[in-house]
Amino acid sequence: MSKKEPESAKDAEKASEIGETVADKIAKDIKQTSVAEFFERNRHLLGFDSKIKAMITCIKETVDNSIDACEEMIFLNKEKKLDYSLPEVTVKIKSLGDDRFTISVMDNGPGIVKAELPQVFTRLLYGSKFNKIKQGRGQQGIGVSAAVLYSQLTTGKATHVVSKIGADKPAYYYDLRINTVENKPEIVGSGVIEKFKYDHGTEVEMEIAGTYLSKGDKSPYEYLRRTSIVNPHVRIVLITPENKKITFPRLTENLPSPTKAIQPHPYGVEVGLLIKMAQFTKTRTMQSFLTDEFSRIGPKTAKDILDAAKVDPRYKPTEITREQANKIVDIMQKTKFMSPPLDCLSSIGNEALKKSLKSEFDAEFVTTVSRSPSVYRGMPFLVEAALAYGGSLPAEEQVKVIRYGNKVPLLYDAGACAITSIVSGIDWRRYGLTQTGGRGAPTGPVMIVVHMASTWMPYTSESKSAIAHYDPIMKEMKLALLDCARNLRIYLSRKHKAQRQKERISTFVRYANKLVDGIVMLTDKQKDDVNKVINGFISKKYGGGGQ
Amino acid sequence: MSDIEIIKKLEKVGLDVLDQFKTEKQPNINIPIRSLSNVYFDAKQGLIKLGDKVQERAYFNIAQTKKFMQTILIAGQIRDLMKQHKPALDTRQLFYILRGTIPGTNEDVFNEQGESDGIIEDVEVSIDALREQLKLVAVPKGIMAGPILIEDTHTGDILDYTKMGTAGGAIPPIVEEDAFKIKSCSAKYILVVEKYAVWNLLNQERYWKKNNCLLITGKGQPARAERRLVSRLAKELKLPVYVFCDMDVYGYYIYSVYKQGSINLAFFSEKAATPSAKYIGFCVDDFKKFDLPKSVLMKMDKGDLKRIEEVKNYDWFKSKEWQGELDKLKNFGHKIESDSLVTKSIEFTANEYLPTKIDNKMFLN
Repeated sequence: MSKKEPESAKDAEKASEIGETVADKIAKDIKQTSVAEFFERNRHLLGFDSKIKAMITCIKETVDNSIDACEEMIFLNKEKKLDYSLPEVTVKIKSLGDDRFTISVMDNGPGIVKAELPQVFTRLLYGSKFNKIKQGRGQQGIGVSAAVLYSQLTTGKATHVVSKIGADKPAYYYDLRINTVENKPEIVGSGVIEKFKYDHGTEVEMEIAGTYLSKGDKSPYEYLRRTSIVNPHVRIVLITPENKKITFPRLTENLPSPTKAIQPHPYGVEVGLLIKMAQFTKTRTMQSFLTDEFSRIGPKTAKDILDAAKVDPRYKPTEITREQANKIVDIMQKTKFMSPPLDCLSSIGNEALKKSLKSEFDAEFVTTVSRSPSVYRGMPFLVEAALAYGGSLPAEEQVKVIRYGNKVPLLYDAGACAITSIVSGIDWRRYGLTQTGGRGAPTGPVMIVVHMASTWMPYTSESKSAIAHYDPIMKEMKLALLDCARNLRIYLSRKHKAQRQKERISTFVRYANKLVDGIVMLTDKQKDDVNKVINGFISKKYGGGGQ
Repeated sequence: MSDIEIIKKLEKVGLDVLDQFKTEKQPNINIPIRSLSNVYFDAKQGLIKLGDKVQERAYFNIAQTKKFMQTILIAGQIRDLMKQHKPALDTRQLFYILRGTIPGTNEDVFNEQGESDGIIEDVEVSIDALREQLKLVAVPKGIMAGPILIEDTHTGDILDYTKMGTAGGAIPPIVEEDAFKIKSCSAKYILVVEKYAVWNLLNQERYWKKNNCLLITGKGQPARAERRLVSRLAKELKLPVYVFCDMDVYGYYIYSVYKQGSINLAFFSEKAATPSAKYIGFCVDDFKKFDLPKSVLMKMDKGDLKRIEEVKNYDWFKSKEWQGELDKLKNFGHKIESDSLVTKSIEFTANEYLPTKIDNKMFLN
């Protein structure tokens, strides 16, 4: 892979195809150039191409890290039957004037061990586990270090990190910069801090050049709101530059299921990844390399593959050539394997989604659909969809679609995203919404949520904002949305029926008075008696009513 | 049907509805349908008649609830006024009496007179009584002159239609026998003229005196009273009736309204149509026969031609002579207004045209 930057979305898509991780690509690129240069060339791919987007990306990278860390700690403590506290994340944005802002993100996660802290925040590849596949928020990201670098490049300031790992441990701080020539941490200052809000946790503070939007689809507020919708177990607080405190409360104490790391499935492996894995493996033969480092490859299959590729099973993995790797990958694509294990995926869950949408939009009706896990190109994934109706959702506007990849809100590139294509491809008129010509964005008091979880998110580009159009994924999304749509139709038709019945009764009651007048003039009967008969029957027949 | 019988009939409508509510049945009223789909031509009697198709108006049918109430309210109001022997009212006046608002809403009981007029006709057909019998009137337009003596029973006045001056005598809205009594009549026939202008000229020329006839106009499309009066006079005095209209499809149609009745008021035909009436012109052949100048011709437009096709399809225009006349008119391509005959001479209509047609029995039937 050369250092050429991808020139189009298609190149970007290719680059992000399974097998070659973003980290992988960056690692290669970085070898040939300085970190800073790499960053400058790839700003658009990394999410820093505009000041608005840079603000979101900095918040996103830190918040994702925070929630991931909090959850990891909770799962660990739960396993050990220890106490744990539920996640809390506070984001504070301070304006310094001239498009300068300080962003600080604080969590009550496990904190970071002192020795590792500088690495975590400054090395672009740190913690990248290329031979382990696991669903996580920041998983494919180049991570928080990119935000640190962006801060440094735009303001020249060091990033201030405070961390504390336990009640009886001190909180210590580092002021960190990145040595952009050697890709190494540069510690500008460090020390111990007396007070920290939590017994354990981390606070990151960086100064950046950015643009702050107080509302709208691309505002920090919207990003955090959407994050809160799919993470109802997390309490998120935003303190705006106007010093306004906005709280997205914790709606549930139920935690999402923990995710398990799995080994790569042979269908998802490409040559680059195979070579990389072969270089780092602890196994000594190709036979054990295949059986131990991949999921769903048994000894017999491994032998068959190697035989077909004319590779000696006793051959050392570190010594395989590119041609051999090519052959192995080729054969693996043609061999039948069991689907990868599916317990590695974490869903938001129907109940959690329902609670969030009801609370956030005061929706009168929410339906959620969780599809069971499925596989695309050897990678397990699952799709969840939700549809909220009514409440504070505007009736005259286009339906809002909010998209998530591994619980991370996707704010940009909606037009390129598979989720958008699926929503526009459905004829929503059949399900009670208005839509011009039965295509495109429907109109109505509706919010559509689509979440895709996967050990490997197929984004169209490295800015990770649009999901690629893979058939199995599209199919699952469509089925999930059609299910939601049908539930909406059922709800609406029940609602309309009830409404019509109500209107009917009110019509019968409304005209009864004058009907009585007419009958009195026709029959010379007492008005009270006629009234009793007429309204008596109406209220008997339709309940309530009468005058 | 006497007033008392009508009051009883109306009362029964109310009692039936009350009973349906009491016994918890679907309250509904049966109303004969008044549209073309329920109208047929009785060739034997020569009358347009109402069929026996009936529509149900149900209170618990959301689309009919308001109309149901309106029907009962109008029927009730009519009965109330009749019981109190109030003077006959115009349908617009009844509309104002009942207009009001629905209690607890901003909604009017009737939005416009068209609504109440339609329901009045529903009540008429439902109890098989005419509007005039319900003491409701439509605005009449007709005038008459000629040797007839009438007693207006309401005032006791004796009306001599030979002494009505150049304006002629008005035809009142109610011409039933108990209101408009024929004392004597020496006329030999009745001449009904479509146009007021033509009537006015003939009256000034004392045509009715010279020819000993009754001269009547309904000023275009006749209202109920004129039709009812012509029908009564023809039947009771056994007088021939001649109708003189424009030579165009609208004139022909007006003739048919006098003769066979109309679609809208099909239920009224037996009382208001005059099957013995004859059409004395103007006809297509008359143009040549009477050697009229070309200046009387008016070119027909698309609307006229379309209407010819419609009229040709009515069962009461299916006779050979009328199909022939309509074809001739279409081919002729022009219409001739009866007013235009003065181009020949002012006296042409009175002295030449009408006497020639009547004496030689040059009629269309």
